[in-house]
Amino acid sequence: MSPASRFAAALALSFAAAASASTAGWPLQEAGTDVGNLASLQRGGRNFVNYCLGCHSLKYMRYSQLAEDLALTEDDLRTNLMFTGTRVYDPMVSAMSAEQGRQWFGNAPPDLSLIARSRGPDYVFTFLRSFYEDPPRPTGVDNAVLPGTAMPHVLAPLQGLQRPRFETTTGADGHESQHLAALEPGSLAGDLPAAAFDSFVRDTVAFLEYVSEPHKARRQALGVWVVLFLLMFAAFAWFLYKEYWKDVK
Amino acid sequence: MAETKADAAPGEGRAARLGAWIDARFPASSMWQEHMSGYMAPKNFNFWYYFGSIALFVLALQIVTGIFLTMSYKPSATEAFGSVEYIMRDVEWGWLIRYLHSTGASAFFIVIYLHMFRALLYGSHRNPRELVWIFGVLIYLALMAEAFFGYLLPWGNMSYWGAQVIVSLFGTFPLIGDSLVEWIRGDYFISDITLNRFFALHVVALPLVLIFLVVAHLLALHEVGSNNPDGIEIKKNKGPDGRPLDGVAMHPYYTVKDIYGLSVFLVLFAGAVFFAPEMGGLFLEAPNFEPANPLLTPEHIAPVWYFTPYYAILRAVPAFLNTQVWGVLALFAAVLLLFFIPWLDRSPVRSIRYRGPIYKTALMIFAANFIMLGYCGLKPAVPPFTKMSVVGTIIYFAFFLLMPWYSRIDKVKPEPARVTQ
Repeated sequence: MSPASRFAAALALSFAAAASASTAGWPLQEAGTDVGNLASLQRGGRNFVNYCLGCHSLKYMRYSQLAEDLALTEDDLRTNLMFTGTRVYDPMVSAMSAEQGRQWFGNAPPDLSLIARSRGPDYVFTFLRSFYEDPPRPTGVDNAVLPGTAMPHVLAPLQGLQRPRFETTTGADGHESQHLAALEPGSLAGDLPAAAFDSFVRDTVAFLEYVSEPHKARRQALGVWVVLFLLMFAAFAWFLYKEYWKDVK
Repeated sequence: MAETKADAAPGEGRAARLGAWIDARFPASSMWQEHMSGYMAPKNFNFWYYFGSIALFVLALQIVTGIFLTMSYKPSATEAFGSVEYIMRDVEWGWLIRYLHSTGASAFFIVIYLHMFRALLYGSHRNPRELVWIFGVLIYLALMAEAFFGYLLPWGNMSYWGAQVIVSLFGTFPLIGDSLVEWIRGDYFISDITLNRFFALHVVALPLVLIFLVVAHLLALHEVGSNNPDGIEIKKNKGPDGRPLDGVAMHPYYTVKDIYGLSVFLVLFAGAVFFAPEMGGLFLEAPNFEPANPLLTPEHIAPVWYFTPYYAILRAVPAFLNTQVWGVLALFAAVLLLFFIPWLDRSPVRSIRYRGPIYKTALMIFAANFIMLGYCGLKPAVPPFTKMSVVGTIIYFAFFLLMPWYSRIDKVKPEPARVTQ
């Protein structure tokens, strides 16, 4: 081990509760989101409010910004998205406090404002699709992407409950180890067919992608004009340069 | 000054009279004359000579965007991360200011690396320009410190752990190591106190140092005159008016040319700012969108791309005699060696155009090797990158340490008397 990685390791170990942000090697599926699709974002926003906002906040996202970007009226906001007692310019904060989260789940549910940027849309998409039955755990489920997650399978009524298939492999040293090979449809079926569930998750992830950087679409739209202007400016600057230099022999 | 008085002849208007009034009290015209309209630069500058003025522009851009960022940023461990998101979301044009600044940091290093490579191509560091080069290397060092302090400010998880690893390098020094690290952090770990002092250094101390060094760099350059792609002195061939025959006035000739160069740079820069501000995780790393968390180490800690060649060198040197200080010393040596290039280079000619195959090969290998080291530094310390880093480190040091020998024995071509186009 090289010095620097040893520093890092030593530092990590110096904190008793050090944990690793590993994804456990479960292959991520492509989310295939389209952040430019307004209808998809609106559906995703509805999904998020109905299924996620109960526990997870989007503390950097304001309802008013959401309304502006997702073409929603204040009425739409009030009837479909906002809790009673919140104001349009408030951030989207969950009604559940971090302390309640710790008491009920053992862990405060993380804020999801930036999850699509820090982990990427594919991670969130795969995570939401990869819960499986694991009766001994307190929530009755585990997750292939984030083993040992404290999160219950909130989307089970839609997806159903998947059953894990384990494979036993024998290592070079003759040691046998079990690892998760696949997730299969289980005993409990969900309300949505597989394809419909995937598009439900896809919309939700697209919404989170939008939330992670609300000005992205504006940035790219403006960028086209900025680059076109600069190209034109560069052309004029070139002619000016050539005009001045034509006498230099 | 005679010229200035003639300009302000009676009846020439108020502007001229105001100019004369100022010139009698402040050397405005003579400074303009000395550094712009009368500064004779070689007429054969090529592509490689754009990066000086571009670097100056990027410095100005960083200062201006930085001023606007400090208006909304909060240098506190509890508020820093949130205030950056506030800038990205709620501050008018805040996202643009922030991306200009974050992309500007990477652009600064790209431009500076190309600017330094130009000096190695054409021997711009050679006598009598050693001080120009030394001020330049000092600027590079100050820039590295500036970038390192600035990287902690968003208080993301990579900011935190990156600072943790780099600060801990100083802990490898025997005897004083631990107290030194504590002194740098101002605490037993990277904390609010560290963030505050890094903020002070980033927004006040180092910008002042940078501006001072840039002025010194330019004054030294204008004292001796610019080198050029042929590596010959244009002052040796002067016309009857005492001006170099192969020179043109900085203004307007190079001001208009540099505006063109700058506008091409801006097209690329705007492309990055508006369409790829993260640059695939090179300019803005994904783990930095999670707030700093002392309990959660990112899977793989790597510094930002511009430090990775040196990070690879650090990791390539093994620990022995029970200490890891050797890697840290190699890291410092790798940077400090740059100061000595003007004296390590013993070639009778300056420019690569008239050098022989040995220097040409050595320089190309060095450049490719530097990029390879940078790539290794981004990767985890596992094979094959560990081995590549070791080989790369040896090549890096060999380029400098063997230079007195290979630059002297190299077969050179005769330099021309006048610059070529």
